[in-house]
Amino acid sequence: MKLVKTGLIGLVALLALVACGPSKPALEGSIAIDGSSTVYPITELVAEDFNAEYPDVQITVGFSGTGGGFTKFAAGEIEISDASRPIKQAEKDALVAAGIDYIELKVAFDGLSVVVSKDNTWVDYLTFDELKMIYGADATALTWADVRAGWPAEPLVIYSPGHDSGTFDYFTEAVNGKAGVIRSDSDNVQISFSEDDNVLVTGVAGDAGAIGYFGFAYYEENADKLKVVPIKKGDASAVAPTYDTINNSTYPLSRPLFIYVAKDALEREEVVEFVKFYLENAAELAQEVGYIALPDAEYEAGLAKLDE
Amino acid sequence: MKTTKRHQRRLLLNRIFEWIFFSTIAVAILVLGALLFDIFSRGISGLDWSFITSMPSSRPAKAGIFPALLGTLWVILLTALIALPVGIGTAIYLEEYANKKSWFFKALNLNIANLAGVPAIVYGILGLTVFVQLLKIGPTILAGALTLSLLILPVIIVASIEAIRAVPNSIREGSLALGVTRWQTITGAILPMALPGILTGSILALSRAMGEAAPLIMVGAVGFVTFLPDSILDRYTVLPMLIYNWTSRPQDEFAQLAASGIIVMLIILMLTNLTAIILRNRSQQRID
Repeated sequence: MKLVKTGLIGLVALLALVACGPSKPALEGSIAIDGSSTVYPITELVAEDFNAEYPDVQITVGFSGTGGGFTKFAAGEIEISDASRPIKQAEKDALVAAGIDYIELKVAFDGLSVVVSKDNTWVDYLTFDELKMIYGADATALTWADVRAGWPAEPLVIYSPGHDSGTFDYFTEAVNGKAGVIRSDSDNVQISFSEDDNVLVTGVAGDAGAIGYFGFAYYEENADKLKVVPIKKGDASAVAPTYDTINNSTYPLSRPLFIYVAKDALEREEVVEFVKFYLENAAELAQEVGYIALPDAEYEAGLAKLDE
Repeated sequence: MKTTKRHQRRLLLNRIFEWIFFSTIAVAILVLGALLFDIFSRGISGLDWSFITSMPSSRPAKAGIFPALLGTLWVILLTALIALPVGIGTAIYLEEYANKKSWFFKALNLNIANLAGVPAIVYGILGLTVFVQLLKIGPTILAGALTLSLLILPVIIVASIEAIRAVPNSIREGSLALGVTRWQTITGAILPMALPGILTGSILALSRAMGEAAPLIMVGAVGFVTFLPDSILDRYTVLPMLIYNWTSRPQDEFAQLAASGIIVMLIILMLTNLTAIILRNRSQQRID
């Protein structure tokens, strides 16, 4: 017993030594980050772990949305902008006008998951054409029977994230080929929007005819209440979102998440160290908050960009 | 015969309305009770000292609210310091000095009443443009407090005007008749009598400001900070920001954290309201 105790103490001492091992140069300064609320959980976790190593760097992370983040980025208020979609032309123009040069880095994948209720016994998979019949700008399907012959005439109850979210932009672009357009015949069919994905979860779970979509983390957390729908693109076989299918992009609704870093800020050592830390740990930390790691090559490409 | 029938009908009507009004309040109390029950049953277990004194964290087991709690107190105190003098001052001017027949007075009154109905997010956009960017205050506690001040000023002004108007004219005239100046009349006679009403309105307004997240997201309150504010030019977060963020997370642990945060929020609100009630009763006693 005593031997075990001594052994344990020795082990702890050894670990402590290893932990103090190569002492890190003390960094200080402040880094302001804002932008997408989808990317926020990853950035928050990275900032937290970075702070554990460098407690004197003051980091703030906001979640005013991808668009809001770029506005602040262009105003020079923040060093890093979180984004759940690539930067738009108008936002690029604003940055050029403000004289702000930046680099774009991918940090993780989110697999948009199309879900139905557990009571929905008929859906085995959906094709992009069928998604378009439900969510497309010219969609006319009123019941599931209209979507595919042989399915029951259960009325469609459609859920979607609100117009302000990057999830909405990405999904509508994937389905319609044009971001931001969705069917608007709410006289004929019940369509509900919510900025709160937890509301969508509850809505879809409670109605056999319901369909909705949101980030993979929300499906994973509620897998006992929801049924995820495999998606079939073209002639490929239908793929359900899982860690692997999103990571290797065989799942057709995987979208990358980004951070944009001001080049001026990269003159500062604490910012460089933070971004490096972000890319080196994103794979593991993204997973901890329900997102999916990029292939390793993507992170290496990001680090290479940083070295330029 | 006819009169008793009418009498009975009126009594019946009386009963019916009593029941209608009782059921409206019963519904309100039931809903409130259900909400409170839900929040307390989810949040009370997570509420301990380390929750109050820890930094925010993405790992629910470690997460706390300390910077947000301090941020809320800083922002609200500063908001009160800005909004109360300006709001009460405006009310005094409008009620005691302004020429009530002038178009200026009428336009001002109409605008103030309308401003009270403007959505909070609009004040956020205004604050972002004017305070954060134009005046270059940046996303700081000061910018947040100025924005919230704008948000609650109309309410404070309207409540103060009503309170001042409720002071009987005889007091004003009596005081002036004694040869006292207008300013002394205001500070010595009118304000003390109007104070309970002014305080009630102000506290309601400040409580509202304390619960706002939307305008503060616009003017740059953040979700994650690991340092405590020590000046009004620091970056900050507030409790509603943390609660808002936690409720939107997929994991249920965060929903529980949000519930614990809401309990803390409720306690602070109750404490401030209690202070206000005590202050009000005191000033009322002084008049009586």
